[in-house]
Amino acid sequence: MDASTATMPAADANEVALLQALRAGDDRAYGQLVRTHAGQLLATAQRIVQNEEDARDAVQEAFVSAFRSLGSFAGNARLGTWLHRIVINAALNKLRRRQRKPERSIDSLLPAFVADGHAANPAVEWRESSETALQRKETRALVRDSIDMLPEIYRTVLMLRDIEGLETEETAQALGVTTAVVKTRLHRARQALKSLLDPHFQGGAL
Amino acid sequence: MNCRDVIDFLMHYLDGELPENEQTLFKKHLDECPACVNYLHNYQETVQLGKGCLCGPDSPLLPIPEELVRAILSTRSR
Repeated sequence: MDASTATMPAADANEVALLQALRAGDDRAYGQLVRTHAGQLLATAQRIVQNEEDARDAVQEAFVSAFRSLGSFAGNARLGTWLHRIVINAALNKLRRRQRKPERSIDSLLPAFVADGHAANPAVEWRESSETALQRKETRALVRDSIDMLPEIYRTVLMLRDIEGLETEETAQALGVTTAVVKTRLHRARQALKSLLDPHFQGGAL
Repeated sequence: MNCRDVIDFLMHYLDGELPENEQTLFKKHLDECPACVNYLHNYQETVQLGKGCLCGPDSPLLPIPEELVRAILSTRSR
């Protein structure tokens, strides 16, 4: 994803003024840009790299990249959205450079079927809605921990698509894979996450 | 269409990407298979849990260290 080519809803008047000030080299505008967005960007980077030091590096690299691209930024995206996409790429680069640890197979978390194609373990409907469950801090922590248990290639796709809100095509570009691979990985990631959450929701409220 | 097919095509169904004839077969299976209806429901709830788990007041929004802000701003002069 090129830092200068995100296409999103047009920026509002304040952002237009901020962009003009940035392009004019106004120090206060740069400070405002960083202080306004660095928190969200650090949280996004932290979710992807799962390491505070790498997350800080990714945020710094993202701003360096953004500063360089301000001249060519078309202004057809919100600055926050634009920076969000840039930090995702910076965080993914960190992940790629990091030595990969061996990952466990996801197969045991995918549904099993008998010979005629029927489910080996018929699903039981969860007793509590996600909306109600998410009111509790413990549930939110459980879901976050369960996402972190997914093998990295699945966790990354789930993070980008379901949590960071990237489209399939954007995710494919960011990861350097096809859209078909993104769809397959996302479906498996959701199925595996469901399996990890099943024991907590099948018996009723957490 | 059996349970395996339905679960394999679940995301395509939810995204409205199934061809009409396959969508009809998909719905027919759901009419006859409560276990797949449950699976579909739990799958959708899983997606919502994933989307919602970072939205609460405990959302891990990290404080921005001033030295990071300074380090970022100092890159402009390099």
